[in-house]
Amino acid sequence: MAQDASTSARGDLILRNLTKTFGDFVAVDDLSLTIAKGSFFALLGPSGCGKTTTLRMIAGLEEPTSGSIHVGTTDITDMRPYQRPVNTVFQNYALFPHLSIYENIAFGLRRRGISNDLIKEQVDKVLNLVELPQLAQRKPGQLSGGQQQRIAVARAIVNRPALLLLDEPLGALDLKLRRQMQIELKWIQTEIGITFVHVTHDQEEAMTMADTIAVMNNGKIEQMGSPDDLYDSPKTAFVANFLGQSNLIPGTVSGNDGDNLIVDLHGNKIAMPKRRSSATGASILAGIRPEKFRIAPEGKGATGNVLTGGVVSDISYIGVSTQYQVEMPWGKELMVFEQNDDDSDFLKKGEKVVLSWEPMFTFGLDGSQDASAGAH
Amino acid sequence: MAFLHVQKTTNRLKGLKNNRSLIPYLLLAPGLIWLSIFFIFPILQLGATSTKTPAGEIGFFEQTYRFQNYIDAFLASKEQFYRSFLYATLATILALAIAYPLAYAIAFKSGRYKNILLVMVIAPFFTSFLLRTIAWKQILGEEGPVVSALRAVSIIGDTTSITATPFAVVTGLTYNFLPFMTLPLYASLERIDPRTMEAAGDLYANGLTTFRKVTLPLSMPGVVAGTLLTFIPAAGDYINAAILGDPKSKMLGNVIDAYYFRIVDYPTAAALSFMLMAAILILVTFYIRRAGTEELV
Repeated sequence: MAQDASTSARGDLILRNLTKTFGDFVAVDDLSLTIAKGSFFALLGPSGCGKTTTLRMIAGLEEPTSGSIHVGTTDITDMRPYQRPVNTVFQNYALFPHLSIYENIAFGLRRRGISNDLIKEQVDKVLNLVELPQLAQRKPGQLSGGQQQRIAVARAIVNRPALLLLDEPLGALDLKLRRQMQIELKWIQTEIGITFVHVTHDQEEAMTMADTIAVMNNGKIEQMGSPDDLYDSPKTAFVANFLGQSNLIPGTVSGNDGDNLIVDLHGNKIAMPKRRSSATGASILAGIRPEKFRIAPEGKGATGNVLTGGVVSDISYIGVSTQYQVEMPWGKELMVFEQNDDDSDFLKKGEKVVLSWEPMFTFGLDGSQDASAGAH
Repeated sequence: MAFLHVQKTTNRLKGLKNNRSLIPYLLLAPGLIWLSIFFIFPILQLGATSTKTPAGEIGFFEQTYRFQNYIDAFLASKEQFYRSFLYATLATILALAIAYPLAYAIAFKSGRYKNILLVMVIAPFFTSFLLRTIAWKQILGEEGPVVSALRAVSIIGDTTSITATPFAVVTGLTYNFLPFMTLPLYASLERIDPRTMEAAGDLYANGLTTFRKVTLPLSMPGVVAGTLLTFIPAAGDYINAAILGDPKSKMLGNVIDAYYFRIVDYPTAAALSFMLMAAILILVTFYIRRAGTEELV
């Protein structure tokens, strides 16, 4: 029975109007989503946004209040977790501490009544895939965090599920190991071609690995798209701030110039491509990524869009770049990243500066939003 | 092993003036002194008494190293010997059957009532063991609720009693030692990461298989601790049999009690005490080996 479920249901994962409430709290709010078969999909959002609840509903560990979940044409909404063609890599791995690594990986296969010979073959194969064949007879407690993580992946993918769910799988690892595992997970996914649904609050992790990212906030999907699409064309202030950093400056649309909108930002007229604006009214948030700014001492020539009257209020030297905080005449600070790729002198704290950037790098958001939503 | 280790460090200690290396011994001292006075000394005394023979007046004995005392004592009380272990085993199994679901519910299903339920498990300790056993007699007695209820539905006849039966003794033992079973079970169940159970479900194990393959093995330290904490005192208990039993349900504890305080035959009582202790030790050692707790804890 379980075997049937795990081998027959294949295809896209389709969530329809999925809702989960805990008492008065709406964790997941009328979520509809299609995740293409074979893709690496990331659900990205801050803690409490409903991403883990969504994942647990797909795994069958949480019952939806309403809505449905399909894999291909098979409705799995009411299936028990053990009947679903889905396997999960849990946060902190949840390996069975009393079983050897071999038995941990064989656990799912044994439940499906597969013969010992076949189990051995498949466990060996997957242990080789995660490059830990020498650990088969150890207990989970004797493994490092990175090794446990790989075993957790092996234990799940050995069952060849239609769908692999990863719940913050790299959260417990240190930065260096996390980077390495990101590359490995991506490689494994490409290698075996299973759909991965990855839940994370780490935007860099999502951007490194996923083909498609859905940014979640308050139980809803704010925006969905490829990593570069989300980064270049955020549609909400939350996405603009949560994925990387953004300078969002409130202003008003004051005119029209062919393909560009003319926007008044505290008295500075700037141009913004019309196709990059999602604002409908006159009130607008002009968005510029910190690395798109050019910074120069006051009086030097500046081209493109220009903001004058800034004063450097803080400088941090990062190595590849220098980060400036620039206080603007209207009281807000802007963030500027300057590549350390020339020998120009560093600006000093308190120095008056001019900021400029190419108009095409400007994006526009609806002005009615909180400009600091989703900021780190 | 541990003993050898202590010896080794003691030798090393002689050459050391470092105060810090004394700390483990200072920490051990109160317990060691206490045990020497109240356990080791009496047990040597008991050992010495067990091979004595009567010397004239009642209550006076002389040391004759008569090991035959052990055989005589065993042959005279072997029935109670077996019974002690039978009742203790039955009470342990019953207590495990009752305590496991209880501990499981408290650990995983009780939500915010967890602490209240734990207090309720310990609550019987607020009254004395003796008093509780007497109360148990009342409950099982002729006019008590249990007998009335069972008679009302004709499970037992009008002439059948429950008190003064082996049944009463075993249920009394079960009742009295239930907290000793529940608490270690709860402690080991509570330590299990619920995600390992979810993982089992995720890996195609249904509820029963998850319990068999994951929950139960992971709670084995609690099962072993709980059964030992129930079985050992139950095997040596005499209050339950004295209050709830009849002459045909006497346990070894009652026999020892009688030899000491009524017959005033200290050597036989001492020999029986030693044999009970030895039997429990052997059984427990065997049990722990079988359960393989070293690996689990």
